[in-house]
Amino acid sequence: MIFFTTLAGAAQGLLIALVGADVAAALSLATLPDPLRYAGAATVLALGGIGLAAATFHLGHPLRAWRSAAMWRTSWLSREVIVLPLFLALTLAWAAAHAWTMPTVAVACGLAASAMAVLLYLCTGMIYGAVKAIREWATPLTPLNFALLGSASGLLLAAAFAAWLAPALTRAFAFSALVLTLIGAATRGGVAWRNHTLAPKTTLQSAIGVRHPHIVQSSQGAMGGSFNTREFFHGRSESYLRRMRWAAIVLGFAVPAVALATAPLAVASLAALAILQWLGMLAERWVFFAEVRHPQNLYYQRVG
Amino acid sequence: MSKQLALVIDLNVCVGCHACVTSCKQWNTSGAAGSLFDDQAYGADPTGTFFNRVMSFEVGEFPNTQTVHFPKSCLHCEDPPCVPVCPTGASYKREQDGIVLVDYDKCIGCKYCAWACPYGVRELDEKRQVMTKCTLCVDRITDQALPVAERKPACVLACPTSARLFGDVHDPESEVSVAIRERGGYALMPELGTQPANHYLPRRRTEAKSDPQQVVREANPLRVEGREPAAPGAPLSADWEH
Repeated sequence: MIFFTTLAGAAQGLLIALVGADVAAALSLATLPDPLRYAGAATVLALGGIGLAAATFHLGHPLRAWRSAAMWRTSWLSREVIVLPLFLALTLAWAAAHAWTMPTVAVACGLAASAMAVLLYLCTGMIYGAVKAIREWATPLTPLNFALLGSASGLLLAAAFAAWLAPALTRAFAFSALVLTLIGAATRGGVAWRNHTLAPKTTLQSAIGVRHPHIVQSSQGAMGGSFNTREFFHGRSESYLRRMRWAAIVLGFAVPAVALATAPLAVASLAALAILQWLGMLAERWVFFAEVRHPQNLYYQRVG
Repeated sequence: MSKQLALVIDLNVCVGCHACVTSCKQWNTSGAAGSLFDDQAYGADPTGTFFNRVMSFEVGEFPNTQTVHFPKSCLHCEDPPCVPVCPTGASYKREQDGIVLVDYDKCIGCKYCAWACPYGVRELDEKRQVMTKCTLCVDRITDQALPVAERKPACVLACPTSARLFGDVHDPESEVSVAIRERGGYALMPELGTQPANHYLPRRRTEAKSDPQQVVREANPLRVEGREPAAPGAPLSADWEH
């Protein structure tokens, strides 16, 4: 999930950036060379494809994945499963329409693909945001962060591609990436602060229904581990969590922001920066999962 | 109103013997749905799938402590958070009796339902890679071949102290509804709005209920005329001597 959300998030951001430039080109405000379109579309498809594969193979039954489109009326996961292939197909259609020199169709497909990209941010974010029991996630900031951080990495990628294939666009992409990185840092910081100060609504008292300030578990009922003792805890130390948090702050936000604001916008430096920022996003996503204090853990505290 | 089958668990009489755990495992590992995974059962790090677990909590501080044994299985919520999140429809709540079930053939093992459930009662069977949970022994309670008295979940039949009651909580006159109503039945984590169908009956303080009059010989209805101590303050002779 960490791989899927970061890779697909970057792919969505890259597509939005390219279609933005494409629309500007259609309005004769900029020029977008075809190689950039194709290289960009291929990258979007590759990243989306890798993300999709990572998401599919984390399932217990990957061959049944097709079933997951069924419950789109209630499940954000189901909605995501529908929107993701649509996004990839429309991206392909956008590039294909350009290849067949149908600019109007291309812009229409591109805008539709961008809309799917935005919708996909919403779906991915709401998969987590809709889980009421996990208050660390149940906030509108969750989908907002997926959108902001994904677009920031996508625009950084777009800037690297532009430095290679269309230097005139580099500055615009890099500036947008900088702005999104800064806004993303603010909202992600806001979530970190919210989680830090969040008083749990569910306590051991409400979990077992005994009103007493002093309750300790003496046994979880099994000497061995179980799905419940492994799935909901990251199994790492406090200091590992702290290191990951710093990795997210430094690689994901601080280094990209400073480099985009000061360093020369060369291909190599932007590409390296995009990779560093993605590593930072991996750390950020790991922390996103690790920050969860799942109420079920109240029942599994001591082997006894 | 539709039926809502549920368990009512009396924490006042649960002694934490785990008979419900083992009987649950026995019944549900032997059914048509396939066996429940056990790994390294006799090894250093055993693990396995259980639908029902008994936990123990110590309430209070020494010397005023009580040990509360707490059996936990799926609560068959009226508004189950695990059902709407399921992308395939494998997780569902039965219309006719409100049991929350998993269709193992449709489950893709994405674990989303386990993350949405605040109670930690869904366990991924790590061999079959499908989500499993308490079915209220649906294959047992609906089995017309069984005697009516045995059409109950295995845990209910196994409980030696009758701490587990089973019935329809939507029927106001059922044993479980009466127990909830008259003995202070409560739901777990009410703040989450899941409306669990299963309820728990709280611990009660047990005191000797004797009238002081009863311990005074004058008011003792068992007093036998002419039966007095041999000397003031001397012990009485035994009843059978009269």
